[in-house]
Amino acid sequence: MNRSNKKFEKEFVVKSTTDNLALIREFTKKAAGDSGFSDETIGKIILAVDEACTNIIKHAYNFSPEGEITISTKFDTDKLTISITDEGKHFNPNSVPEPNIIEYYKQKKVGGLGIYLMKKLMDEVNYHTLSGNKNRVILVKYLSR
Amino acid sequence: MADFNVSLRGVGPVSVIDVKGYLDAHTAPELENVFNKLLDEKQYRVVVNFNDLKYISSAGLGVFMAYVETMRENKGDIKFSNMTESVYNIFDLLGFPILYEFYKEENEALLKFNEQGKS
Repeated sequence: MNRSNKKFEKEFVVKSTTDNLALIREFTKKAAGDSGFSDETIGKIILAVDEACTNIIKHAYNFSPEGEITISTKFDTDKLTISITDEGKHFNPNSVPEPNIIEYYKQKKVGGLGIYLMKKLMDEVNYHTLSGNKNRVILVKYLSR
Repeated sequence: MADFNVSLRGVGPVSVIDVKGYLDAHTAPELENVFNKLLDEKQYRVVVNFNDLKYISSAGLGVFMAYVETMRENKGDIKFSNMTESVYNIFDLLGFPILYEFYKEENEALLKFNEQGKS
């Protein structure tokens, strides 16, 4: 455990295309690494952010490359907060049931796995609708957990 | 941008797909193309060798879910081999071991197909 009193805030803005996912992962890796998480936890945080941004690209912007995704990272003492904001279609995560792999198999269903993964990988996942038609998902990971 | 490579080779009656690098929503269509090619050629016995795969997101997992039943309906399967622990953990988190066979080595997966072919 690498406890510290350090603080930082960084922001990264990208267009809503899947070829930016690699850049998004790089940015996230740096933020999680600077926060002092283990390699294993850094991997979890990277995947959660990838899933959140993939959902935005697919569902909020419906694969339109003109949308904007803003990723803000903030670390304070032992809490990394990653806020991901878009201006696409509003998304209600509660409308997505928890996936059951056997049901998925029977129904040949694909998708919906990302939200479930995010919840499993992070300590907190919260969705907000902001003014100006913005949506924000906030992912939190604690160093001490 | 994303570093991903997929290649296909035949080992007897089994098709082996080697995946390398980062499998995400950007690169998953490349893997779908390979599965579509296998369906066109009526090749239903598939081993996916994950030896060089560094990263997978749910978009990549979804590809296997989309094709596995068709393979099984045609007396084939998709079996997995040579997965690193970090990649396996993602499959495990979503319950894939209930529905898919995972092998340490590609050869074990190939042998399983050969055994099934005889019965």
